[in-house]
Parts: sequence; structure tokens; C-alpha cells
Amino acid sequence: MLRQAPRFLLSRASAAAMRWSHPFSTDLPAEAAGDSKFIDAWKKSIPNMDPPKTPSAYMATRPPTPSTIPSKLTVNLVLPYDSVLSAKEVDMVIVPATTGQMGVLPGHVATIAELKPGILSVHEGNDTTKYFLSGGFAFVHANSVADIIAIEATPVDHIDPNLVQKGLAEFQQKLSSASTDIEKAEAQIGVDVHSALNAALTG
Amino acid sequence: MASNAAVPFWRAAGMTYITYSNLCANLVRQCLKEPHRSEALNREKVHFSISKWAKGKPEKPKSPVLHYYS
Repeated sequence: MLRQAPRFLLSRASAAAMRWSHPFSTDLPAEAAGDSKFIDAWKKSIPNMDPPKTPSAYMATRPPTPSTIPSKLTVNLVLPYDSVLSAKEVDMVIVPATTGQMGVLPGHVATIAELKPGILSVHEGNDTTKYFLSGGFAFVHANSVADIIAIEATPVDHIDPNLVQKGLAEFQQKLSSASTDIEKAEAQIGVDVHSALNAALTG
Repeated sequence: MASNAAVPFWRAAGMTYITYSNLCANLVRQCLKEPHRSEALNREKVHFSISKWAKGKPEKPKSPVLHYYS
């Protein structure tokens, strides 16, 4: 009887340990494909301990790229204080990138584009909605989701033409009379933004 | 490695991207038509109070400031 005691104690202890080392079933998937080399090396050198989780086990996996090109582009236009478009399905958007107007269709290659002040046009069927963006970034993902982040986005009819003309004249004047680098830069930015607003109103 | 491509004029003048994009946004807000213009400018108002510290103690704080971010 006493000879069985160590075996009994051992089994109780290991049962308790097993309870603690297998926590919640809702835990994230433990092993990502990229970690298999690490896990194999671990198991070879320390077979009795579970391999630790690596950072990629805690990351959500990248959404899969669909094998056929989707028919619609999903657009999110977000501002710091509002999400103007949220998962809207459209046919095309044209974003004002610093390298020029860029059209994004479903199936567009994954891209990150810095935006300059200009017009974002959202094409859905026969309707086009235009927003004037003050600048920001556009992220196009491989699964035909486009995230456009801007600081200000206004419909073009909220822009006052008189204020734009006044501002343009004022900054052109400041540009010619600017002395320090910073003043020149600010004046140039003013001229650029007001010219873009002007073009948006007349275009 | 080659040095970075030509920097934008504002960075060459010592401005950071955040300052640049906030400046652009402010210029756009000031060109809006009336109800939208005051809504936008009000939305961006910041309340803060500044106090200078000397010898480990704050000097008498100035009254709170209301400021358009610019």
C-alpha cells in the first residue's frame, strides 16, 4: 500500500499541473506557421516544457487576399473626429496623391500613398461624391479595402469662393515678402492649399 | 545606401509633418462657408493653462487660455 503512495502523489501533482497549463479554450491559436522552426528547435532542446508564445501568436492574421478580384471596393474615409465613410462598397475612388491623381479599383495592388490637399471622388454606379481633403494618407490593402485618413474632408459646396480668393492673394503676397525659411514655407503652403481649393471649386 | 530622396520644402525649412498637415487643415477650415466654418473652428478649440515652474514650485498659474490650434 505504501509503495503505491509515490505514484499516487505523483499523479495528483501532475494532474494539478496539467490543469494550470491548459487554460482557456478561447485562447488565440497558439502556433503561427512562421514560428514552426522555432518550435521545432525548442522541442529538440527542451522537450519537457511547452514552447513559449511568440509575438506573432498574439497578432490577428492578415485577412486573406481573395483568389478572384472582388466586384466592389470597400472604402473607409476617417477623420480625427468623424468617420465619413465606413465600409462603403463602391466601384472606384480617385485619391489626390502627392504623385498625382490615383484611381483605385477593386483588385488594386496594396499601396500606401501620401495625399496632398485635393479632391477625393467616390464613384458608385452613376453617382460621384466629391470631398476636398486637406491631406493625409491612403492605404489600399490587397483584399480591396481602401482606408483613407485625412484631417479635414469637406464636400466641395461647403467651400466659400470669396475666402479662397482672398486667402490666395494674401499668401501670394506673403510669399513675395517672406524672409526666413519658415515664413517662406508657411506662405508656400498657404499658396498650395488655396490653389488646390480654387481648382476644386472650378474643376 | 543613397541618401533620402529630395525632402519636401517644408521639412527642409524645419517643419515637421504634423505641423504641416495641421496647418493645411486649418487653412481649409478657414475657407469654409459660414455655419460649417464656425463649427469646424469651434471643434478644434483647445483649453489649457500653462504654469512656469521655478525652484521646484509652480509660479502663480496664468488664467486658462482658449486657443485655436494654428
